Amino acid sequence: MLEIKNLHAKVDGKEILKGVNLTIRDGEIHALMGTNGAGKSTLSNVIVGNPKYEVTEGTITFNGKDLLAMSPEERSHEGVFMSFQMPVEIPGVSMTNFMRAAVNARREALGQEPLKATDFLKLIRDTQKLVDIDKKLVSRSVNEGFSGGEKKRNEIFQMAMLQPTFCILDETDSGLDVDALRVVAEGFNRLRTEQTSALVITHYQRLLDYIRPDFIHVLLDGKIVKTAGAELAKEIEERGFDWIKE
Amino acid sequence: MSLEQSYINLYQAHRESLIATSPEVMNTMRDEAIGVFAQKGFPTRKVEDYRYVDVPQAFDGKDTYMMPLPTLPLNSNKQSVISLNDESLLRRYYAKTADSEDAITALNTAFSHECICIHVCKNQTLDRPIELTDTFTSDEDQMEHKRVLIVLEEGASASIMLRYAANNKMHILTTQVVEVFVGDNAHLEMYELEETHTSCTRFNQVYIQVGRYATVKHNNITLFNGLTRNTIKACLKGEYSEVTLNGCVMADKSQVVDNNTLIRHEVPNCTSHELYKYVVDEQAVGAFAGKVYVAEGAQKTVSEEVNQNICASNDARMYTQPMLEIYADDVKCSHGSTVGKLDEMALFYMRQRGIPLAEARMLLMQAFVGQVIDEIPIAPLRDRLHIMIEQRLKGELDKCVGCARCK
Repeated sequence: MLEIKNLHAKVDGKEILKGVNLTIRDGEIHALMGTNGAGKSTLSNVIVGNPKYEVTEGTITFNGKDLLAMSPEERSHEGVFMSFQMPVEIPGVSMTNFMRAAVNARREALGQEPLKATDFLKLIRDTQKLVDIDKKLVSRSVNEGFSGGEKKRNEIFQMAMLQPTFCILDETDSGLDVDALRVVAEGFNRLRTEQTSALVITHYQRLLDYIRPDFIHVLLDGKIVKTAGAELAKEIEERGFDWIKE
Repeated sequence: MSLEQSYINLYQAHRESLIATSPEVMNTMRDEAIGVFAQKGFPTRKVEDYRYVDVPQAFDGKDTYMMPLPTLPLNSNKQSVISLNDESLLRRYYAKTADSEDAITALNTAFSHECICIHVCKNQTLDRPIELTDTFTSDEDQMEHKRVLIVLEEGASASIMLRYAANNKMHILTTQVVEVFVGDNAHLEMYELEETHTSCTRFNQVYIQVGRYATVKHNNITLFNGLTRNTIKACLKGEYSEVTLNGCVMADKSQVVDNNTLIRHEVPNCTSHELYKYVVDEQAVGAFAGKVYVAEGAQKTVSEEVNQNICASNDARMYTQPMLEIYADDVKCSHGSTVGKLDEMALFYMRQRGIPLAEARMLLMQAFVGQVIDEIPIAPLRDRLHIMIEQRLKGELDKCVGCARCK
């Protein structure tokens, strides 16, 4: 599904990624762990095409296509979704208008007719129940005045509306209490199909108790320095990252 | 020959025909007004109130202009709320609040030959809003000088919209003077909506006088235009009154919108609010100058003024100048102004969800000016304006969408 080769990237002129290689096949869950500043968020932002980040070398292919040649919206239409570490507040843009624009843009890219108003409202209602998000949140402006937990839940709601095939969860666990974390993780698990792949970025083992990864990678100083199975998370929780550096 | 002299000559050439077709009250002021104009001349950018728009250039080279059209086919029945040239009303109110020393107002007083009068009688409440649409229609380039008088007697209440439209692309130059008198305990909601075209040049001078325990909400919405200068001056003359001046502007191409407002607190215990929002894109120029003046002794004045702007392109320019002039010590006044770009994080967030960049920009602009529209109390009007703004941003505003007549 996703193949990253020798990826180098800069932000504000500073090189952060220094040759990342990563292959994610259909249906696999990969976790990415690492110290602050190691480049975890840079990697996820580069995959979704944040214009602030500059790729200087390397390739990313997604289902055989050159992802780096696509705009952020085209990547989204291909099925790439990122749950933001800090979801953005957009005052004055209602969740409904926002989601309608997103759903219909994707349908247009896939050569489908826009959803009828009644079908769209039904989709909203059904999805709202599926991910257990408060109706009131859906009628407000995008993320405006939402608590940290509500924002993260809203990310999962949007994921459910757009049904991506590849999801990046960028520190979805940060700022969540244990209950909220469970709800969000369960929401994600419910949405997964056998084809859905994911890259889960986290500092802690906690989230990985709910979303079981097939592989765990450790990113240090812009490179993946270690790859192992799910058991690695527990070891990192106990011993930290220093032993890997050595 | 100077530009001013060409207008004075035009006046002399048409003086007789103007006098022959106009109400007496309007005629008594013409010669004096042209005298003021001759003395003042067109304001240049050196005049503080006109520093953001090139007035002489806007009035230059218009010698192909026709003189005013014949009288509008309007009901002149004195019993109706709207009439043309209501002489008794004109005698009481005409030119009583307009700034006679302002050159453009003087030019208008010299040239205008008819006055639309809206008269709401004592304690009368209009149960439906009034909408007056001024559609610029001409097969030739044209200059027009328009005059409107709105009087709400004591205890009256009304919602009035003045809409400016254009149905072809001829060059139109207009001056307009609107005088508004809001009596004690009277309540006025007033809307001015411009959706003309790029070859329209408009100078609109609005003078509002407010009595005791009265409220006035003025909403000034510019969706499409060429060069527009709105001067809006509200004067609080009675205690315990409230004035709101709101506005929003969407401008692109090489459009110019200059809004110059003044709220004068002449007496104690009054409140004023002001919210103006602009989105200027491409090569458009926006200007906002808003002054709140608190006279000596106007204690317990409360006033807040906010002007927020987005420059959506690198070439667009925005000038903003909020001003407070206070001569009383027990007042609460604030003003603030911002100029920014579209929020890049929000744009990226929307694009990640699959919304194309152009549409994401549009949603943000719509949301930004939408705040002004959301404050409009008349729900159908609010909905219509939201639709119009959306159509405007999509480049589809070539007819009055959302309006029953054009469906």
